[in-house]
This record gives sequence, structure tokens and C-alpha cells, in this order.
Amino acid sequence: MPAEPVTPDALPLPDVQVSAAREARGRRLPYFSLGIVTLFVLVAILAPLLSPADPADQSLRNRFKPPVWMEGGTAKHLLGTDRLGRDMLSRIIWGSRVSLAAGVITVLIATAFGAAMGLVAGYYGGRVDVVLMRVTDATMSFPVILLALILAVTVGPSFTNVVVAIAVILWARFARVIRGQVLTLMGLDFIAQARIAGAGAWRIITRHLFPNTLNTLVVLLTLQIGYVIIVEASLSFLGAGIPPPTPAWGSMIAEGREFVTSAWWVSGLPGLAILLVVLAFNLLGDWLRDTLDPKLRQL
Amino acid sequence: MSAPAATAPLLEAADLTKHFTVRRGALGWSTGIVRAVDSVSFRIAAGTTLGLVGESGCGKTTTSKLVLGLEQPTAGAIRFEGVEVGGLDRSGRRHYRKSVQAVFQDPYASLDPRMRVGSIIAEPLVINERAGADARRHRVLELLDLVSLPGRAGELFPHEFSGGQRQRIAIARALALSPRLVVLDEPVSALDVSIRAQILNLLRDLQRRLGVAYLFIAHDLAAVAHMSHTIAVMYLGQIVEWGDADAVALRPTHPYTQALFAAALPIDVDDAPEAPTLTGEVPSPLAPPGGCRFHPRCPHAMPRCATEPPAPREADGRLVACHLYE
Amino acid sequence: MAVPVIDVQDLRTYLVTRWGTVKAVDGVSFSVAEGETLGLVGESGSGKSMTCLSLIRLTPRPASRIVSGRIRLDGDELTSKSEAEMQKIRGRKIAMILQDPMSSLNPVYSVGMQVREPVSLYHGLRGKSLTARAAALLAAVRIPAPETRLRAFPFQMSGGMRQRVVGAMAIAAPPRLLIADEPTTSLDLTIQAQYLGLLEELQHQHRLAMIFITHNLGIVSKICDRVAVMYAGRIVEMGPVRQIFKTPAHPYTRALLDSIPRLGARRERLTAIDGQPPDLARLPGGCAFAPRCPKVMDRCRVEAPPAFPVAPGQTSACWLDAPA
Repeated sequence: MPAEPVTPDALPLPDVQVSAAREARGRRLPYFSLGIVTLFVLVAILAPLLSPADPADQSLRNRFKPPVWMEGGTAKHLLGTDRLGRDMLSRIIWGSRVSLAAGVITVLIATAFGAAMGLVAGYYGGRVDVVLMRVTDATMSFPVILLALILAVTVGPSFTNVVVAIAVILWARFARVIRGQVLTLMGLDFIAQARIAGAGAWRIITRHLFPNTLNTLVVLLTLQIGYVIIVEASLSFLGAGIPPPTPAWGSMIAEGREFVTSAWWVSGLPGLAILLVVLAFNLLGDWLRDTLDPKLRQL
Repeated sequence: MSAPAATAPLLEAADLTKHFTVRRGALGWSTGIVRAVDSVSFRIAAGTTLGLVGESGCGKTTTSKLVLGLEQPTAGAIRFEGVEVGGLDRSGRRHYRKSVQAVFQDPYASLDPRMRVGSIIAEPLVINERAGADARRHRVLELLDLVSLPGRAGELFPHEFSGGQRQRIAIARALALSPRLVVLDEPVSALDVSIRAQILNLLRDLQRRLGVAYLFIAHDLAAVAHMSHTIAVMYLGQIVEWGDADAVALRPTHPYTQALFAAALPIDVDDAPEAPTLTGEVPSPLAPPGGCRFHPRCPHAMPRCATEPPAPREADGRLVACHLYE
Repeated sequence: MAVPVIDVQDLRTYLVTRWGTVKAVDGVSFSVAEGETLGLVGESGSGKSMTCLSLIRLTPRPASRIVSGRIRLDGDELTSKSEAEMQKIRGRKIAMILQDPMSSLNPVYSVGMQVREPVSLYHGLRGKSLTARAAALLAAVRIPAPETRLRAFPFQMSGGMRQRVVGAMAIAAPPRLLIADEPTTSLDLTIQAQYLGLLEELQHQHRLAMIFITHNLGIVSKICDRVAVMYAGRIVEMGPVRQIFKTPAHPYTRALLDSIPRLGARRERLTAIDGQPPDLARLPGGCAFAPRCPKVMDRCRVEAPPAFPVAPGQTSACWLDAPA
């Protein structure tokens, strides 16, 4: 069926026309979340060009300058300065790099590994499935923060540790969901038909099962990026994440912890950044799910 | 229609048996055996159609899976072109694979929604033959033409076609490797009534043109009788009657066959055969009745039916497993 | 002539979808008398289910709407009733049996609880008398050992049994009109035969008017008195069953009868109907069957024909049957 806009006949029935309008609205692009996400990605990539100052530049004379719209603010530091006089705007811009990198790399690793496990477990079933699912269950029950803290204490905090700690546990969620989808797909005749045509495990998994899980993967992926950003921020807040002096939103919040009442912007602005970005990813994920959900797609 | 030729049949099942163990509990204890197919024997001659009928639990789906190699028999054998399938080596098994294909019931589940129709039809060729892309493209066009679909259909996705058209695509795919036998498992049940005749006609034409044999499974008895040369009637894993299609459909001898065809409800009420409505439920294949499995529901049951399973016997030009005909 | 139990005049139910307005029911008129069974025959998209859902005003909301027409139950107009009034009619005066016995019953409640529900609602019974009545209903649908079965759960029963339980709930009131929407399609053939016999018996006992929706003409032959053949939201032919099947007037009915394989007929080619069932969002002007009709004329593509009488009690909506 072609995706033409609805033009109902001239029926004198107001409630019928309202439902048509509601239908049309649901298919528009999610401008807000798409905009925020795009902005976030661009800022992260172009940080060196966009940043007005060196984020590590300290100036004890300029400590705790408020943002420009408040009393005492200057145009030189649009978002104010922190306790060491460093420019907040620059630090937030540079901090987005960390969040983006952590979010994307971690989720990609977890997706690749988790999807592979889910596909194999769902395809083979039986003992393979039981064993893999027990491993998945065990993994899912391990707390991410605890693992990161252990790594931070033993090996020392670093970007790699953050990615490893999160990915090593996050893949389990992907595996579970993909396995469920694969089980449904396995019941469909076209898989039996591939077998009848002589296809082996590799062909069925890569050519038939995997492409049909892509929609789910994309939705899950998008929703998890927000989660990972929050976890990374939490870890940095606790000091188990990205070590200073690299600007990271989580550690920025930690640094401003004691000054929440006097200089709220030191913790508040990075917190707001996290909120906006995570919200955008979640809304985008919801929209993707509504659009790509197989129940809505013409099968 | 004349009886199948006396030469070696294309496919022969001999005492084919498949039992499934039912497992429960965390460690998978066995709690019972489902005798899905129990010592079933039949023949399909080249270029002819064997119709397989029966109700839920009779074993016809399992039988079709055994023929397709999707399940392995617990006992008994399948012989294809005279050679036993179980003992084949790798290339022999590959040859069997290519010679036996299938069309399933649900036109919305049998085509990969993410592949173009041309790739779907070509897939068996890609897997099994070394031919180049050009030869494949040519063959796909040939197959689309065989099922009366336009050449450009190959570029489209399954969701752009109706149910009947999708079944044509499924048939084209089944014929890609020039099989000698195609298993048709309820090929028209999910289609609108006005489309069924189109597909049934197509299948018969293809049989005539290509000499392909069919194993036709359906619950629409009139359609089965129309398409088949021989009919086998199954009940709880066993064949109770087997013979020429017209004979079995119009002059059934086994009491179950009689009740089944009477329940088929002809359009012209005057055509309704006289047979009592069966009482009781279809028993579970986990615990089939002893003796003749049909005896609890049989209007002609005798005392020996409860203890002695009847062996299939020749009667009136066909095989019947019933004590009434000994 | 007695007032028919259900009398439908020019019913139209339209749906607004993102692909356009779908005229699911487009000017349908029929009536069913007490003790009579009307078969509603048609393929997917013909409007047979939507027609019956319109009778009890349970068409999908908010997309669908009864645009015009009259529905009278024992002379009482239904289209103007409020939702609260319709709730009193559903189940009590008009009952409906659906196709899928697996999902018609709630899996977490016992059969007894589900059968008791309508009985206590319609008859205000409690305690022992409620249980006795529920058991009596199960016995009426020929379920063996009804008292013990009250404690059973749906998953413990076969498809045929479940449809009987659904039948028991449907006749709890008993209603004036029973609508059966393909109730035997998912049942085995021999179980189907039992169930149809049961429905006939229940109808006879309670003098029900019955509408039986199906695409199986054999079932229509067995239990229907009259049949209405639907295509693209309209009734194209209606009349007594034997008459219609022996001498069909409308080309669609004729083509349908010719295309169905019959036991005992010579094994020749079936006469297939060309083309595809229509896209209801984009119906051509004129007769909806025109694109596939072997006897199409120019007039058919322009103007949709009304129903013309062709024989006593039989009407056909085809220009071929227009009076000369």
C-alpha cells in the first residue's frame, strides 16, 4: 500500500477527521530529538573548532564566574567558569566527545557480541541455547558500577576501563532480546524453505535471520546509548571513570558538588547537558520503534 | 484416472515411523512418547499426485517433514528412485535435497520479507549450483513465466504482492531446481476461495508440463480428490485406507474414511452421503487407544477391534486396515 | 407476516484509514426471522464480519462509523441507542460466537467461572442455583460430565470443547439473535460436523434467529435456510439456499460455484475467477465485480446495480437481471 496522505471523503463526521489528523502527525519526523542528537554529534566531532577556549586553561582570578545572563557574567565565558576558572562552555563541548565516544563504542561492541550470541542461541536451540542463556542471565545480574569500580581500583581509571566494564555486561541485554526475536523467526516457513533449498547454518543466520533482526537492533541500540552515557557519567562522578584532566560531564558534576547552592552552574549545566542528550536518544529510540515495529509494517 | 504404473515408484515409504519423546522438568525427564507416525507405507509414482488426508494429530505434517528430510525417522525407510535415503552419502543427500522441494501453507511466512522476489526464487540455485549470475537471472525469468507472473516481479518485495501471487512465487522457488517431487502442504487453505482455483489449475498444468510428482496435503477433501491420483487416509499416525482417488473419495470403505468424507459437506445437499456423525474427540497421540486406534469412535466396532490392530489388506482394489474387510 | 427478529435496511459502515476511506459495508439490507438461519458468504474484505459487528456496534474505534442505515431488533431501532443501552443488548439479546476457540476464552479463569458470568449477569442467580444453571448449560452443549468440567481450565480442553463452552455462554440468556462468525473454521472436519449439529439443535430449542458467517458453501448448504452472497461490502445475491446454488443469477455467485472443486465431479480444470479481490480503499466506480466479471457490460463500470428480484425470494444485484 502506498504511503499517501489521508484525504477522507467529505464526511460530516468530526470525530472521523480528528483521527485522520492524529494519524498524519504520528508519521512526522521527531525534529526535537533528531535535532539534539545531531547537534550533540556535530559538537563532539568539531569540538576543537567550536570551543572558545582551552578547557584546561586555569585562571584563579576568574573563578566561579556566573553564566552571561546572570549578574556578574561576562561574554568571555558564556556559561561561566568552574572552581579553577576554566571556561564551562569549552569544558562542556569537549566533554561531549567523551560521552559520545563512550556511548557509541560501548554500544557497538555490546551489540555485535550480544547479537551474535542471541542469533546462535536462537538458531541452535537445545543445549547450546540453555548454556548461552545461563551465561547471559549470570552476566545480566552483575552490577555495572561495581565492576567498573573494581577495575578502577585494580587497574586504574581510564576510558578503556569504562568501555570494557559496561560492554562486558551490556551485551547480555541484546542477546536476550535478539534470541527472543530469532525464536519467533525460526517458526516462520521461510526458514524451513531455506533449509529445504540446502542452506546451512551460516547462510540462514547471516542471510535470513540477521537482516530480520536489524529493526530491533537499531531500536535497542539507540535506547542503550542514553543508558551508557548515564553510566559513564556516574562512573566519572564516582571517580572510577575518565580521569582528570580530560573533561567529562560526570566528573564536572562531581567537582561542583560542594558549590551547588553558591555556584549551581558548575554542576547544573553539565547535568542539563546529560539530561537533554539522554532524553533525545530515548525519544529517538521510541520513534524508531514505532516506525520500524513489524506490527505496523506491511508484511 | 488409471492406477499408478507398476514400475518402480519415484518415492516409497516403508514402515516409516517417527516417535517424539515428550520431556518435562528442569532436567528434561521423558514423560511420554508421541507416536506421530507409526509404521506408515505408501508409494508415489513419477508425475502423479498422492493426496494425504486426516485430522489434527494424524501425522500428515510429520510425514511431510520426514519426506523433506527436515526430520529423521525413528524406524523404517524412505526409498527415492529405488535408493534408500537414509544410507546416502553427502552427494547423494544433496541430490535428494534438490529433487524434493516444498510449498507451505502460509504465503505471508514462507517468503523472507527482506529479500527481493528474484533473490528468493534464485536462492536454491545460489546454494546448489555453480551457474553464473546471468544464467540464474535467465532461469528466474523462466520460472516467473511458468507461474504467470511478469518478469519485473523479480525486483519487488513480497509485501507488494497478494496472497495468491505469493504462493505463485513460492511455487516458482520450489521448481527452481527442477525437482521430481514437490510436497504441497495446504497450498491453498490460506487463500481466498476465488483464488484457490487459479492456483490449483496452475499446479495441475505444471504437473502435466514438467512431469513433477506431488504429495498433496490438505483438509479440503474435494480439492484433494480433484488433484490426486491416489489418496491415503491417516488417523493417529497410521494409514487406514489407501487407493485410487475416486474410489476412496466416492466409495470409502474404512469407517473413518466414510465419516470423514461425509463430514466434508457437499454444496448440493442431495449429494450428501449417508454416514453417522462421529461421536467423541480425536484422541491425543500421546495415548492412542489399543487395538485398532479408531475403535472407540467407530460405529461398527467389534470386540476384537479393541485388542487386535488390523493389518492393511487388499480389498476392492485398495488397501484398508479394518477388521470388517478380512 | 411476523416482525423479523433482525431487520437491516441500507446499512453503511465506513472506516477511515491512512490509505483512504474504506467502505466496508456499503448499503446492506436483509432480515432474519425467528428460527431461521441466514448464511453470510464472502471472501476476505467482503464485509461479512463488519456487517455483524455493526449490528452490535462493536466495529473498531475510532476509525469506523455507521454512516447511515437502520437496524431493528424485534422492531426496536439500534442505531440510535446509547452505549449503555447497547451493553444491555449485547449478550442478552444478540450473542456472537467467534472463530478462534483459543482466544475466545480467558486462559486464567476456569470454565465454570466464565460460564457463570453471563448467567449471573442476565438472571441474577447466586450460589447453588448459579452453579446448577451453569452445569445445565454445559450439558445443553453436550459436554460430558458437566459438573466436573466446571472446574476445568481452557488449556485442558480441545478446540471443539472450547467452542462448545463458547456456545454455552452465548445461549446463556438465551438471546434472540445468534451470530456465528466462522465458528468451525479451525476445527477438525469430524468435530465440525458435531458442532454444526449442536448449533442446529440449540437454534431449534430456543427459536433463535441465526446469522452464520462462512466462506464454506458446503456448510451453508447444510444448515442455512437462506444465503446472502457478499462482495466488496455489498450483497450481490440473496435467496433460499437450494435455489441459489441450483440456479445462481449473479455472475460472482456462478463463478464461485464453478470454481470450487466437488467430490465426484469429472476431474477437469476448475473454472477460475480472473484477477484479485478488490482493494476496498480504491473501489472502481460502478459494480465492484466489473473488473473480474466474465459478462461485464459498459454500464457495469459506470453505475452500481441495485438488487433486482429474479425469482420468488431471490434477488441479484446485476444489470443482467434488470427488468427489460
